[in-house]
Amino acid sequence: MGDVSIFLQHLTNGISLGSLYALIAIGYTMVYGILRLINFAHGDIFMLGVYLTYYGVTYTSLPWWLVFILAPLLTGFIGILLERVAYKPLRGSARITILISAIGASFLLQNLGIVIFGGRPRAFPVPQMLNRVIRLGGVSINIVTFIIPAVTILLLLGLNYFTTKTKTGLAMRALSKDYETASLMGIDINRIISITFFMGSFLAAIGGILWGSRYPQLMPLMGSMPGLKSFIAAVVGGIGNISGAVMGGFILGLGEIMLVAFLPRLSGYRDAFAFVLLIIILLVKPSGLMGDKVTEKV
Amino acid sequence: MREKSKTQITLIILVLTVLGLFLANRYLDAYKVRIINLSGIYVTLGLSMNLINGMTGMFSLGHAGFMAIGAYTVGILTMPVSMKEMNFFMQPIVPFLANVEWGFLPALLAAGLMAALFGVLIGAPVLRLTDDYLAIATLGFAEIIRVLFTNTQSLTNGALGLKGIPNYTNTWWSWGVALVTVWFISFLMKGTYGKAFLAIREDEVAARAMGVSLFKHKVMSFAFGCFFAGVAGGLMAGLLGTIDPNMFRITLTFNILLIVVLGGLGKIGGTVIAAIIVTVGMEALRFLDEAMDLGFVQIKGIPGMRMVVFSIILIAAVIVREKGLLRRPKGSFTYVKN
Repeated sequence: MGDVSIFLQHLTNGISLGSLYALIAIGYTMVYGILRLINFAHGDIFMLGVYLTYYGVTYTSLPWWLVFILAPLLTGFIGILLERVAYKPLRGSARITILISAIGASFLLQNLGIVIFGGRPRAFPVPQMLNRVIRLGGVSINIVTFIIPAVTILLLLGLNYFTTKTKTGLAMRALSKDYETASLMGIDINRIISITFFMGSFLAAIGGILWGSRYPQLMPLMGSMPGLKSFIAAVVGGIGNISGAVMGGFILGLGEIMLVAFLPRLSGYRDAFAFVLLIIILLVKPSGLMGDKVTEKV
Repeated sequence: MREKSKTQITLIILVLTVLGLFLANRYLDAYKVRIINLSGIYVTLGLSMNLINGMTGMFSLGHAGFMAIGAYTVGILTMPVSMKEMNFFMQPIVPFLANVEWGFLPALLAAGLMAALFGVLIGAPVLRLTDDYLAIATLGFAEIIRVLFTNTQSLTNGALGLKGIPNYTNTWWSWGVALVTVWFISFLMKGTYGKAFLAIREDEVAARAMGVSLFKHKVMSFAFGCFFAGVAGGLMAGLLGTIDPNMFRITLTFNILLIVVLGGLGKIGGTVIAAIIVTVGMEALRFLDEAMDLGFVQIKGIPGMRMVVFSIILIAAVIVREKGLLRRPKGSFTYVKN
């Protein structure tokens, strides 16, 4: 057991946690890019994704891989529904109003979770295939730790193709660049916004499934912390910027794991790390590491 | 003439409040008196948040953190020495606080000042951020304060919390503070500072062009808001007798936000009424969580249902308000599309 192998173990843990943050952060950043709205309920959409998967695997006879695809799709539609109910009636009103509605929506989903799923924690049914421990040079690592980054990279490649090569992706980027002008160019705003919410929620649900396979304890409030932290990841990378969100996710994930690994005395402050990072970034470079510089126009 | 009738109305309200509290203390049971206490505390909280969010137009979500600072200040300062020894069995309390036992009024003032101090320390760097970012940064600070309090074993007793804080809070304290807050904020808003706050809310750039110092006024409004949040936190500690870091979660901030939204951004009277309605309503909705016996049929209580209703009200309130059913702030341009 050399120091190197322990370091590698922390590194893989950090990368897999970072991938999870990245997957959730993309939803925040995409929605913010277009609507300039912090979708506070995004973390709870993530929670819904995990629970839908749990119910799908436990209570239906569908094979687990099918559930792993169906549940995120369903979560995507819930995302669209959320936008229709809580955000669409407020489009064009003051930002603070929509933000309050977002907080309310988050609250609603959490408490609906408590009512419907019950407050007791449940165990996520991790498929046997994903739940194997392999030994690599003296350290034992769960195979999920490798699957998470792999899935994330695949999804990111897909997302990249979508935003750069397809017409819808182009419309999405146009909207985030200049909402007003883009809407004059015949882009169906409602459709694009729905697609954005669908994709964000879909990715969050996938992140949720991977999260559940890694940390198999389900609670209705499980979404709020990862949600907040992923939002911070999006801000750190420069909100509105997809690659920035991914980078922010990795910085946050690695930073958290390394903090606990190398400064065990500070492990109680693990949850504060993200917020300290956020405040430093906001003070030093408010537009985020990869964000465009915002100039104030009078 | 108009001034005079206003003074009369104020006096009448004052007398009615005092009379109401006197009667309540005399004839109501402990549970109802407690709700009255809570209402008073929430009036203070709602107003302090409205000062920051409604009147100065900043979007702060840090209230729970500042309440925590106030609550712990009062808890530590007022707790008898022997009680402190019992509480801090994991690790002894830091020596300079071990033998302190203050009265309630100085402790409350200290709570407010501590919260305001932290407010200035935190506010000075982050208040230049705009709405969304400010919201997240203040939320982050509240969360950091909570994590800090969970870990500073010798100062706050960590996750175990403080037990046996003397129950100094009664209706006179809670409503006395609430009335002082109402008076102070009305007084503040009438003067130059209030005008400057409103100017910042309406248009920061224009306000700056007219020579209003953004930094000074934002920090000032934030500090006043934090002061009252701290005092209210202290009252809460004196009312409950037991506090722990997990009480001061984001949920608490959202409760206050609901009061502000229902009462109207920038409205003092509305906030007072909303605070009372929300506090009483939250208690009244408790039946949703408990089992009901309708004689012929028994309904099993669903834990969490109360909060579902609560959040639906929050969303509905925002949407309905936006659609114009409720009154908008007088002479405000905040709701113009931007």
